[in-house]
Amino acid sequence: MLPTLIGAALLVFFLMRLIPGDICEIRLAGTGLYVDEEQINVCRNDLGLNDPLLLQLWNFIIGFFTFDLGKSMWTGRAITYEIGLRFQLSLQVAFMATLVATVIAIPLGTISAVRQNTWLDYFVRAFSIAGIAIPSFWLGIMIILGLLIFTQAWFGTPWMPPIEYVSPFQDFWGNMSQLIWPAVATGYRYSAVATRMTRSALLEVMREDYIRTARAKGLMEKLIINRHALKNSMLPVVTVLGIEFAFLMGGLVVTEQVFNLNGLGKLFVDSVLQKDYSMTQALVMVVVTVAVFTNFIVDIAYAWLDPRIRYA
Amino acid sequence: MVTTTEAQVEAVFEELAEKRPFWSISKDFVRKQPLGTAGMAIVLIMIFASTFAPIIAPYDPELNSFEHMLTAPNTDFLLGTDQFGRDILSRIIYGAQTALFVGFTSALVGSTLGLVLGVASAFFGGKFDLIFQRIMDIFMSFPLIILALAVVAIFGTGVQNVILAITIPFVPRCARVVRSSALAIREIPYIDAARANGFSNARIILRHMVPNVMAPYLIMITAFVGQGILLEASLSYLGLGVQEPTPAWGLMLQGGAEEYVESAPWVAIWPGIAISLAVFGFNLFGDAVRDTLDPKLRSQ
Repeated sequence: MLPTLIGAALLVFFLMRLIPGDICEIRLAGTGLYVDEEQINVCRNDLGLNDPLLLQLWNFIIGFFTFDLGKSMWTGRAITYEIGLRFQLSLQVAFMATLVATVIAIPLGTISAVRQNTWLDYFVRAFSIAGIAIPSFWLGIMIILGLLIFTQAWFGTPWMPPIEYVSPFQDFWGNMSQLIWPAVATGYRYSAVATRMTRSALLEVMREDYIRTARAKGLMEKLIINRHALKNSMLPVVTVLGIEFAFLMGGLVVTEQVFNLNGLGKLFVDSVLQKDYSMTQALVMVVVTVAVFTNFIVDIAYAWLDPRIRYA
Repeated sequence: MVTTTEAQVEAVFEELAEKRPFWSISKDFVRKQPLGTAGMAIVLIMIFASTFAPIIAPYDPELNSFEHMLTAPNTDFLLGTDQFGRDILSRIIYGAQTALFVGFTSALVGSTLGLVLGVASAFFGGKFDLIFQRIMDIFMSFPLIILALAVVAIFGTGVQNVILAITIPFVPRCARVVRSSALAIREIPYIDAARANGFSNARIILRHMVPNVMAPYLIMITAFVGQGILLEASLSYLGLGVQEPTPAWGLMLQGGAEEYVESAPWVAIWPGIAISLAVFGFNLFGDAVRDTLDPKLRSQ
């Protein structure tokens, strides 16, 4: 895992510096006033952009391992502060979206497998393919539109999710009324792959001998599926959900845009566009670290779901 | 001299007998894959719309008309107009050109590069394979959209750069899949035979190995076209993809759509339906192609 982290660090470091223009040019040119080379140079010196490339790289990598991510080149505040401000929101949306995906995927995938090749199965499969096809930002716009229309029709006044973020520990319902919609919009999309995975894994397990044995001793079909088949078919599903959770952290970019959420995805887009090197680097490292860490958790979940793996 | 045994001749005949005429394969496809056929129909409609866009589209997609700003759908403007008075139906029809162009080009280039790199990685093996796979790992640890964003940030926006931004994340994904099939093929004796004949590495890779991993390659292409269209729409929606006034579905949702969602919902609804339908069609078609080409994967 360490080589992946270091590789990602190198990639983002050089990728960012390939981008023509730097933060000083953008910031000073943005003021609209006449700017001379001298001022840009001062700015570059301040931010350490005139240091040798290898020194900058060294500072970045050492900073990452000592949890000192430095300051944002754009706002001047500590990166840990800027990320901390948004991490909770993104983590919560990612978590809720995964929950929505699980709640949709496992029952639907099970039904689809049990009733294989019936109209119900075709419907579920079409529903899950539609989940991949519908862009989550458009689904978000449609959800907002739907809310506006229905609240107008039922309560007489149009209602939109609040824009200001509140912590779920302060105001649980206020928090939910804002974040449940983006979670549904992304969760539906991510349920698609998991639904198909549940279906195919369950179909495979249902062909095993021990299922036939369970049937032969006269167990109820419900019991066979819930106790015997489902648990063993969860392995690939957990993998898919885990991988998607890791990518959700960074992949929320478009959904946050639609719902106007101030999360990590939005911060990422902004810092790329502002050529805020230190911030972009830190964010990429956070996303990749979460991905690596999630993989680790998924591995542990394997051992819990399938005790054979522990002795393998 | 080459001597042919009876068994070999029989094998050739069997192979020839298996090659059925195109229409027979198509008929089978339609019968066995009703969902795939529906997908193919959507794809064909899209190709038709984009080819004959100048004839079908009722208006010029880039024509601003301030008299008809945000007109609701009526008999003149079947799907209404946007905030600049441009006909939405015409923009959707022309948008199919952009979507197909970006989708096909990035899928084709991305998976072809992945094909060659994946086969080469499997063929050379050893250190080269190991290092190459680690590099692919690094690229894969970035979410698709974030890698695409970084590429757009370097090269700027516009159709060509969007294609580049979508192509790059596709390469490692295809290379990974192709490599695993190529690893199995490398062990078949005819590769040894080719090597013993003194053929160059390039020739063995291109003439002997690449044709045998066509199934996963074609599967990846069909899967990528839909993803490419979706990714282009996402980038354009963020304002980092195709730029105005080029008609593109994601771009039509940018800016206006959210602001006018209450007063002019048609601006937001139609382009989204176009994107969803297109990706839906390509995914259904792609699934059917995968089932047909690779029966082992059928259960998935």
